[in-house]
Amino acid sequence: MRDVAIIGIGMTKFGELWEKSLRDIAVEAALKCMKDAGTKRIDSITIGCMSSGLFNGQEHLASMISDYLGNKHTPATRVESACASGGLAVRTAFMEVASGMSEYALAIGVEKMNDVSGDKATEALATAADGDYEAFHGINFPGLYALMAKAHMHKYGTTRDQLSQVAVKNHHNGSLNPHAQFPMEITKNTVTGSARVADPLYLFDCSPVTDGGAAVLLTTVEEARKLGKQPIVVISGIGVATDTIQLCQRKDILTLEAVKLAGERALKMAGKTIRDIDFAEVHDCFTIAEIMVMEALGIVEPGQGGPATESGLTALDGKFPINPSGGLKSKGHPVGATGVAQICEAVTQLRGEAGKRQINNAKTALTQNMGGSGGSCVIHILEVK
Amino acid sequence: MIGIVGYGTQIPRYRITVEEIAKVWGADAPSYKKGLNLNEKSVPAPDEDSATLAVNAARNALIRANVNSKELGAIYVGSESHPYAVKPTGTIVSEALGCSPHVHTADLEFACKAGTEGMFIALHLVKSGVVNYALGIGADTSQGAPGDALEYSAAAGAAAYVMGRDNLVAELLDTHCYMTDTPDFWRREHAHYPEHGGRFTGEPAYMKHVSGAVKAILDKTGMKPEDFDYMVFHQPNGKFPVQMALKLGFKEPQFKHGLLTPTLGNTYSGSSPLGLAATLDIAQANQTILVISYGSGAGSDAFIFRTTNRLLEVQNLVPKIRTQLDEQKMYIEYGAYTKFRRKILKPE
Repeated sequence: MRDVAIIGIGMTKFGELWEKSLRDIAVEAALKCMKDAGTKRIDSITIGCMSSGLFNGQEHLASMISDYLGNKHTPATRVESACASGGLAVRTAFMEVASGMSEYALAIGVEKMNDVSGDKATEALATAADGDYEAFHGINFPGLYALMAKAHMHKYGTTRDQLSQVAVKNHHNGSLNPHAQFPMEITKNTVTGSARVADPLYLFDCSPVTDGGAAVLLTTVEEARKLGKQPIVVISGIGVATDTIQLCQRKDILTLEAVKLAGERALKMAGKTIRDIDFAEVHDCFTIAEIMVMEALGIVEPGQGGPATESGLTALDGKFPINPSGGLKSKGHPVGATGVAQICEAVTQLRGEAGKRQINNAKTALTQNMGGSGGSCVIHILEVK
Repeated sequence: MIGIVGYGTQIPRYRITVEEIAKVWGADAPSYKKGLNLNEKSVPAPDEDSATLAVNAARNALIRANVNSKELGAIYVGSESHPYAVKPTGTIVSEALGCSPHVHTADLEFACKAGTEGMFIALHLVKSGVVNYALGIGADTSQGAPGDALEYSAAAGAAAYVMGRDNLVAELLDTHCYMTDTPDFWRREHAHYPEHGGRFTGEPAYMKHVSGAVKAILDKTGMKPEDFDYMVFHQPNGKFPVQMALKLGFKEPQFKHGLLTPTLGNTYSGSSPLGLAATLDIAQANQTILVISYGSGAGSDAFIFRTTNRLLEVQNLVPKIRTQLDEQKMYIEYGAYTKFRRKILKPE
């Protein structure tokens, strides 16, 4: 396998992009990425998008977006793994370059979720749960994560305050991110003063409905050097794992097995342990998810995610910063774009271009993108070469 | 010189609280109250509709105008709840006021903007010299589907304005209209309740058109937010107009008198006309008022009025808005509400 570098990143503003269509968003992110890379060469395109069919009545995205990007004859593929579609798109682009199939591979993540009502958006998102055994019976993601949160509180004593602290921290980070959908500081009272969604989760425990796109351009480290890129950010490890998409089929609903396995695989490939990682962008679709992901990745012991968050471990100036971008909670969660946007943030940090939210001496990053209630997970390890 | 000769309003007596509606639907009342800045709304009685509200408002307006109804050359009724799909409301109102048969009437519909459309046409018909007096009315008994967010705000009320050339209570300084085809709220033929685009009704709809109209009329007249003593925006809830006003550089003392939604609800075509009436109720002579309506679909009408000395003579001739709103109300429960609004029907 050839070594792969990320030479371009591009993102749209995340939010309610009423004036932009699905294709506008994807193309804008890709053009910004190409501008950042300083090259127009693209040998293959991979699109990560969860559900443009239900959100926008549009499938066949790979061709459509390639065409509107001005690359209509370029080989293009769309990949889907629910909310992990973006991460999977980057992995596919990585394999294009690593295998020698492409010299330059573009990965775009996109989702435009505000074309439909809130009810329809919830319905579309619920298709990432098991249709026959979960969604049909009326449970959707706030409900599934609420079950996990309740169980976590029961088994480990995780508190309501600790859940709130995840949102408070991520909104603080997001307030420093110009791309964030909700860049405002909040307090724990903001969380528990918001509408109850599914006990014990409040509105401010949940990531929002978002329109947005993100893109990365990959090539070989050799090509990156030829282009004079400095610093060179490489993808040194990738891990993907799947799990049952039904929560009830898991041995333990408090262990995100796919996250654990994907993390082990990615770290092994990179020749690292979790202690070598300087910071992580993780999939905080709900506050409890960030806590459980920390535990599954081995950043803390099982049950310690809540107390560790409360003690400031994961704050921007903590020992292990998590979600410097503001995470899905504050930055927004255009589902198919999220995995790519996490990598954009990691690259921004590793380049030292994150401004007020810059993490000192960040050299190694982990991004964790998850589908559904943990039925799939894609993890990337990024390093400055 | 043209402008308002007399104004009048009508608000039904019945009220239902946000808590009462939320209780039935298992919804979170505090978050609705906070999110919409709304506590309660008016509910029309079983024998009230847009026509009766329009007639009562118009009668009050004629008293303040001191004009005989026979002198009205035109009557325009704006509503999104005209009692009939086909058959004019204007004829009912004209007949009840005693204006017919030598009068021009038309029914207008532009979601919540239909009331100010009637005012706009009435003002300019007077200006053209075709008629001496024209009546513009905004009246609605608006509908919200059971359990929908609109059910908490869809209210009833009417405001009527007699426009003319002499004996003005407020002179018209300028107008402007700002309009695009933006489908944020609609009701199809035969549909009982309207549908809306959720959050699409905010930024790209209400905010864009209201700010577009404000900026345009300020540019046109060279005026600045601080040049106005008062301002009134369309009030679909208590939050949008406040957000918008503050963003555009207006201050609370300018809009607080005209902001009725928190205890009235959204009276649709009656909304900004009622806000203007509440402002005229407390204004002094020689004060400047900016009015911006908003109708989904979507557009905004902007008006600038300057009050005259005569305003002070007519303010107390009929019940003021605050009297109708605060002193003459009766609370009902959801059961009576569903009957009054014909959400449940007795078998024939």
